[in-house]
Amino acid sequence: MSLLDYFRSSKASSASLAKERLQILVAYERSSDSQPAYLPELQKELLAVIQRYVNINKDAMTINLEQTDNQETLELNIVLPDAHRV
Amino acid sequence: MARIIVVTSGKGGVGKTTTSAAISMGLAKKGHKTVVIDFDVGLRNLDLIMGCERRVVYDIINVINGEATLNQALIKDKNCNLLSILPASQTRNKDALTLEGVEKILEELSKDFKYIVCDSPAGIETGAHLAMYFADDAFVVTNPEVSSVRDSDRMLGLLSSKSRRAERGEEPIKEYLLLSRYSPTRVKSGEMLSLDDVQDILSLHLLGVIPESKSVLTSSNAGTPVILDEKSDAGQAYSDIVARYLGETRPHRFIDEKSGFFRKLFGGK
Repeated sequence: MSLLDYFRSSKASSASLAKERLQILVAYERSSDSQPAYLPELQKELLAVIQRYVNINKDAMTINLEQTDNQETLELNIVLPDAHRV
Repeated sequence: MARIIVVTSGKGGVGKTTTSAAISMGLAKKGHKTVVIDFDVGLRNLDLIMGCERRVVYDIINVINGEATLNQALIKDKNCNLLSILPASQTRNKDALTLEGVEKILEELSKDFKYIVCDSPAGIETGAHLAMYFADDAFVVTNPEVSSVRDSDRMLGLLSSKSRRAERGEEPIKEYLLLSRYSPTRVKSGEMLSLDDVQDILSLHLLGVIPESKSVLTSSNAGTPVILDEKSDAGQAYSDIVARYLGETRPHRFIDEKSGFFRKLFGGK
């Protein structure tokens, strides 16, 4: 690979890198924009309730609100530890 | 009934005021009575770009506060008598701009003008919100650059949720893309986002691509909207944009290096 090729390839990647970064960021921001503002608080309180009975850490729970034309689905995903009795 | 156009972007320095000046002049030159309003209270610049900075006596805040009538505040453009400018206030604080005040002004202008162009300030504060709140059409000015594309996407979200049309559940604001400061040469060498890259993310109706052009600076130096520089590529790009907005079909140009070069060679058109 000549020196010229090296510069060419590095240049060619900068716009595509920009696009890749943008696509990820914009997708994330659009989804968090459409989530209601109460969701983080709801997640915190649900976690506290569950932790009273099962010992999970906060990464073990994900919460997601999906909106389609005529219905909203609140999806709660909790990964229980192997021996989950407190 | 007037059509209200907001020129917006979120990010600063992408060419909102240049665009507002150019398209309002373009619409007026096409025979439509047009008024362009500067919403950047505290940092007005439209007057400077339009070359009427020494003729500003009253401004939009004076009108809202009842210290001047709309007719006293409106400045007739020196190049085109169908175009008027309503300047922003330079000194007062931004809270002086109110929803009710703006609504009243727009209602009154609607009786007299065909097009009302609202030059939005950067950011998403009061001025930007009020500039877009009553809009029918949004011209989203974007540069082929990451922060500008991201901010434009953010503005699109606000246009579809925080405008009067959205709140009333009316037909949404029509959103158009104006991709400015575009350099086909740099796109070709892979160091600038292409039109397709930007459209993959924003997917808007494209009104036109404005090439990076020296004439934008020389026009602002002189205080004449760049669209009046008919020989310049940026001036031609804005003429195309106005024509397309008014329903004419014009092929897109300034996108590829080759056609840009040939057009330069044969003197545009």
